[in-house]
Amino acid sequence: MEQIFFYIFAAVAIISALCVVTLRNPVHSAFSLIICLVQVAAIFILLRSPFLAVVQVFIYVGAVMVLFLFAVMVLDMGKETIREHMHSQTIPAVGIVVLLLALIGWLISRGGITAPLGPFDEAALAKNTEVIGKTLFTEYIFPFEVVSLLLLIALIGAVVLVMKERPKSRLQGPQA
Amino acid sequence: MTITHYLILSLLLFSIGVAGVLLRRNTIIVLMSLELIFNSVNISLAAFSYFLQSLNGTVFVIFNITVAAAEVAIGLAIVVSVYRSRKTVNVEELDEMRY
Amino acid sequence: MNIWALLILPLASAVIITLLTRKNKDLSSYISIGAVVACFAIVAPYILKMFGDPHMHPEEQAFIWLDIPGLMVEIGTLIDPLSIVMLTVVTFVGSLIHIYSRGYMHGEEGFSRFFACLSLFIFAMIGIVISNNFIMTFIFWELVGLASYLLIGYYYQKPSAADAAKKAFIVNRVGDFGFVLGIIVIFYATGTVNFAEVARHIAAGEVSNGTLGLASLLIFCGAVGKSAQFPLHVWLPDAMEGPTPVSALIHAATMVAAGVYMLARTGFLFAAAPAGAMEVIAYTGGITALMAALLAFGQTDIKRIIAYSTLSSLGYMVMAVGVGGTNAGMFYLMTHAFFKALLFLGAGSVIHACHTNDIWEMGKLYPKLKITAVTFILGSLAMMGIFPFSGFWSKDEVLTSAFTSGHTLLFIMGVFTAFLTAVFMTKLLIVTFFGEKRYHGHPHESPSLMTIPLIILSIFAVIAGVVGIPGVEPSFGDFMPSFGEGHGEHHFNYFVAVTSTIAVFIGIFVGWLIYSKKAIDNKQLAANWSGLYAALVNRFYIDHFYDTVLVKGIYNQIARISNYIEVYIIINFIINGSAYLTRQTGKALRLTISGQLQHYALAMVGGVLVIMMMYVIL
Repeated sequence: MEQIFFYIFAAVAIISALCVVTLRNPVHSAFSLIICLVQVAAIFILLRSPFLAVVQVFIYVGAVMVLFLFAVMVLDMGKETIREHMHSQTIPAVGIVVLLLALIGWLISRGGITAPLGPFDEAALAKNTEVIGKTLFTEYIFPFEVVSLLLLIALIGAVVLVMKERPKSRLQGPQA
Repeated sequence: MTITHYLILSLLLFSIGVAGVLLRRNTIIVLMSLELIFNSVNISLAAFSYFLQSLNGTVFVIFNITVAAAEVAIGLAIVVSVYRSRKTVNVEELDEMRY
Repeated sequence: MNIWALLILPLASAVIITLLTRKNKDLSSYISIGAVVACFAIVAPYILKMFGDPHMHPEEQAFIWLDIPGLMVEIGTLIDPLSIVMLTVVTFVGSLIHIYSRGYMHGEEGFSRFFACLSLFIFAMIGIVISNNFIMTFIFWELVGLASYLLIGYYYQKPSAADAAKKAFIVNRVGDFGFVLGIIVIFYATGTVNFAEVARHIAAGEVSNGTLGLASLLIFCGAVGKSAQFPLHVWLPDAMEGPTPVSALIHAATMVAAGVYMLARTGFLFAAAPAGAMEVIAYTGGITALMAALLAFGQTDIKRIIAYSTLSSLGYMVMAVGVGGTNAGMFYLMTHAFFKALLFLGAGSVIHACHTNDIWEMGKLYPKLKITAVTFILGSLAMMGIFPFSGFWSKDEVLTSAFTSGHTLLFIMGVFTAFLTAVFMTKLLIVTFFGEKRYHGHPHESPSLMTIPLIILSIFAVIAGVVGIPGVEPSFGDFMPSFGEGHGEHHFNYFVAVTSTIAVFIGIFVGWLIYSKKAIDNKQLAANWSGLYAALVNRFYIDHFYDTVLVKGIYNQIARISNYIEVYIIINFIINGSAYLTRQTGKALRLTISGQLQHYALAMVGGVLVIMMMYVIL
């Protein structure tokens, strides 16, 4: 049962991913990406991480994709012509990607799990959100703080980058 | 279900993402392909986390998503400001940084 | 008072003047004068202590400056009677000359720079005097060389002054090279550079005779350079291009005497050295003394005449050290500092009045410059060594040590030098202050700022010999460390005193005959001895020899080869070659910078692929 679901999700994810990189209309690409991300969220559920799935839907599908669609709309991009579609280095790029695929695939097929197993078996993961929260706020508190700072910086940076040049007097605060 | 299934899925998504980054001319599509790469990595991290029964991978997925969100915000902001000054988002035309 | 203040005060003065008060001339000069007078005030209690206890225990203070395995160098001070005598000379004469300079240099451009350099000099000179080891001595030795260079080149716009400064510096390098080698030899032989330690090692007989001889001759090289002994004497007369107070302070009273002081300080070395080495030193001094006295006749520049007499005096001191009379040498050094500083300052006063250096453009200045003339005459009498002036006692001691140690030839040379000195000093006095009027304009007496130091110095030029009068306690010999065979005590030798006095009086008489009475026509004399006269005017062709053989022959050839190496090998090949290579490589690599983002991305992915393949294969 689980296996069937995995194959369905995987197939849909791969097809939609292919659509993302091949479709000419950016809006279509964006919608394909949404489908792909939802499939990834489903994969997370198969991996017994409902928390990750929820985060994936909230942040990616909810926030990031809306941002993408906004950008596409704001820039008002229509369908691309053939010439605009693909970069000129198609052949070497495809060659390298295929090689990469073959090499990593070969490595994965030869690999196996040798590392010792941790304490979080399926029973422990039943209270998924709780264990993740505990780990995040104890063991990973410092990276957590750093990442939150990074988000703040990204926020400010995005605002500064997009902000239009304004007359100086408005930046100096209220006058009179 | 073994970890290999998940890793192969991750690999396929990764390769598609890399191909998108290398081939597409539209900067926004390039950014979307980057998101694909991020997600493939997230899948493999989550898979490792599950099969090794450790939470480290899961926590890293969370950080990854956060970083990806920041990256998208900055990247799109750059694309918008570039579009404002150049009236194009075609990667091939943005080649001022050359000899 | 802390002894380190002796070093810190003048250094601080030099730094402050250079960095802060350069614009304010008066303030700069006051700072510099204040520093040197303060130094004298610090030294004064030590002088009293020394008179109270002539055999005072040396005070040594030191901190470690450099400590690497096998070599420990200290910055230290050694206060014993020897250094106190020298400190007295440096700070006392230095103070008077600083004060004099304020009057003499009045209105000069670079007035503050002058005082900054003087302070630097005082700092360096005190450093040499109180140093307790060879390395520190050498550092300050070089520093006085630097100060001397800066001050000789004070009028650097004048090519002759710039050349003289360069000459002094380069000639000194030759001697200093020997000095460094000597220090290395000593360090190699004893493993230390501290004076007391080295002396202990030598006294214990740990150093072989040959090494000692080599070390003492090499160390003596340094003294030859700094004290302008033959054959490195050529820089001193040229150094008179500097302002007159500089000539008085550096090139007569103190710095050039540093060589003699150093010989005295390292006397333990020379006392232990084989007799051959000492002979070399003694004869170098004797030849210098005699030659310089002869050369003084060929000069018409008042400062150069005194400069040659300084050379002659330095030769005397070195000769005294060479024959084993270290205390005689130091005694002569002290009295010489007073009367020679006096003579130079007097000459400065005359130049100040006449605006010329040529004695044939002076004459009959006595009525106009009474104070200068009287003090100058007192200084000259001391210089000639007439009883009871200070010069008499000190010269007598030098000659006695030469005579009693059995160096009859040196003794005769010394007496003959005294005779020649008397002749040319008489000539100088008569031509400058008496005879017929040859000056132009209206010379007038110098301001009191200049005459007061002259008067004080003349008092000391007259009475400074008291400490060396045999039988007076404590005598000068008591202050000096006695090495080896006990040359410390001094017996008055009537034969020597009478001989030298007769020689001096004959000299004065001859000088009077030639230049005042005109009984012997000096032009006729010059014509009769034209070969000798030309040799004298040309300084025995020694400068000429250096110019032709060393400068043109060797130096210029080296310059040509260096130039060839620089232009063809370094510039054309190494510098331009590497630049060309870099440029061409850059041109080739530039082609990879396409500006295409995705080219870079492709390269990155390709790189990852290559690394993974290497991982798989290896």
